[in-house]
Amino acid sequence: MNTEIKIGVVRFPGSNCDLDTVYVLRDVLGVSADLVWHKDKLEGFGGIVLPGGFAYGDALRAGIIAAYSPVIQEVKTLAREGVPVAGICNGFQVLIEAGLLPGALLPNDGLKFICKWVNLRVEHSDTAFTNVEKKGGLWKLPIAHGEGRYFADKTILKELHENNQIVFLYVNDEGEPTEDANPNGSLESIAGICNLERNVLGLMPHPERGSEKTLSPYRTDHGKRFFQSMIEYIRKGVA
Amino acid sequence: MPQKYTVEIIIENKPAARDPEGETVMRDLVHKSGYTNIKSVRTGKILRLNLEASSEAEAKDTVIRMVNELRIYNPVAHIYRVEIKDKRGES
Repeated sequence: MNTEIKIGVVRFPGSNCDLDTVYVLRDVLGVSADLVWHKDKLEGFGGIVLPGGFAYGDALRAGIIAAYSPVIQEVKTLAREGVPVAGICNGFQVLIEAGLLPGALLPNDGLKFICKWVNLRVEHSDTAFTNVEKKGGLWKLPIAHGEGRYFADKTILKELHENNQIVFLYVNDEGEPTEDANPNGSLESIAGICNLERNVLGLMPHPERGSEKTLSPYRTDHGKRFFQSMIEYIRKGVA
Repeated sequence: MPQKYTVEIIIENKPAARDPEGETVMRDLVHKSGYTNIKSVRTGKILRLNLEASSEAEAKDTVIRMVNELRIYNPVAHIYRVEIKDKRGES
């Protein structure tokens, strides 16, 4: 086990992908990973993951109540210091509501909770979570959410484009972001975005559920590249 | 002497953010039932609060301050309005 790299996985009341994330980091990627209760201190971590789930039962709006957890102030400080911070699904919703990423995640277009495998296209490889992938790389990962329709106003959307912050798009098998391939009505098929510094990234799909070939109907393990990139990013920072 | 007030916060999507629930209600219920003169349906969320304040203006100010401070709505996607419903707070 590579003990110099330690990743913190934050647990809110209602998180449910926390253990899967810790398992992938420890057992699939061989780094050290610990669960951190949302009221506890984040100490000694080279990277942070806000996992999927239903923090506070999605009351009022997914992610909003967790955004006021004590841990979020520390996440903000670490993000400013350049520590990689990933928000997966509910974690993405928390990052948005905490103001760490711009925009909004609204109820899915079809109003239903959607649980299925999707195709993603990696738009940029210069982020903390895509640096082992090439631009244009196609990933298969599952989604499982009710509130994942990305929305932003014109000003934010323009900034996202200008600063290359749109990192993942929902695409079809040919790699094109068509309407049919967009599962939830997200604006411009946006599945994941990053901050200006490229160390904070949120996405609706679940890389931790797609990191082992055994678990994929397509025998893929693309999710591993997400965490490998994170580890690579931390390693470079350490060195 | 503080008085009791009932205040409602009404949150809905901005016009630019689609409201699929409202669209479905209009298309598949309202229009199919013959109410074709109804031209739009928007759904939203109401938070009804009972609070104490020294005046109506103070009650409203408190709620508006809270809505903005706690991001009760997401300013990117939503609009809100605050309405005083009842001065006795008995609703």
